[in-house]
Amino acid sequence: MNIADSTELICFLILSAVIVSGSLAVVLLENIVYSAFILGGVFMAVAGLYLLLNASFVAAAQILVYVGAVNVLILFAIMLVNKKENLKPIEGLKTRKFISGGVCGGLLILLLRVSITTKWKLPGPTSIGEEATERIGEHLFTDYLLPFELASILLLMAMIGAIVLARRDVTIPKDSINDFKNKKSLINNNIPLLSENSLK
Amino acid sequence: MIENSIGPIPLQAYLIVAAFLFCTGVWGLINSRNAVRVLMSIELMLNAVNINLMSFSSYIDGSIIRGQVFSIFVITVAAAEAAVGLAILLSLYRNRVTIDMENFNLLKW
Repeated sequence: MNIADSTELICFLILSAVIVSGSLAVVLLENIVYSAFILGGVFMAVAGLYLLLNASFVAAAQILVYVGAVNVLILFAIMLVNKKENLKPIEGLKTRKFISGGVCGGLLILLLRVSITTKWKLPGPTSIGEEATERIGEHLFTDYLLPFELASILLLMAMIGAIVLARRDVTIPKDSINDFKNKKSLINNNIPLLSENSLK
Repeated sequence: MIENSIGPIPLQAYLIVAAFLFCTGVWGLINSRNAVRVLMSIELMLNAVNINLMSFSSYIDGSIIRGQVFSIFVITVAAAEAAVGLAILLSLYRNRVTIDMENFNLLKW
């Protein structure tokens, strides 16, 4: 084994250890802010795996979209709904956790068995390596053009939907909407970001 | 070039990591009582699927890499899902003043 191979192997081991322990921490930690930051670390480690797989474009997209957008969005959501809440204890929670742990363990064993015992068609055609970015561009503008355009429509719909869902409803008396003075007072009113009963 | 396509890491190693990530996500999805953590578990599961797609496209479909294009679409859908999910969570929080999943039982029959 030469030095490039052993470096790759060490990188893979470190990244997969980060992914495995980080995902467990995301699920199990009590403090959700820690979970959100560790989730960002897991996303970065997954991007590192993509780099090991010769996919620099997808790794960059992963960091931009997941770490830059989704993780920040999750942190903002935590900030907006952050309330110390004493969760009511539910009877049978322990058994529920054990049963679901058993189900997930069974699923894990099934997946491991499938991935190990299946005879994959290896080695496949030689990897194109660094040309992957150009090839992705070709795909997106030739045979995957329709899904690409649909993705843009989906993003537009998601943006509008998120705005509509998260908007605060400010009730204005119907006949006073066009009143200039009311409009001005509405702007100057300085409504708090959350409604009053959510700050209790 | 051939050593480049095979490398020291077998395909199964990536699949095992992805399987573990997916199962952790499923467990978190079922057991979290905080609604934000449920969304985080969904993101973990989507990442596991992406790892699978990427490793297959690199090892088996190395010359056409359809898996990479597909995982870009998955990333797009995940971003949209996160935005809409967190917006729903915010409006739920305004109505219910809680993020405990046990209290969101409006659709229970």
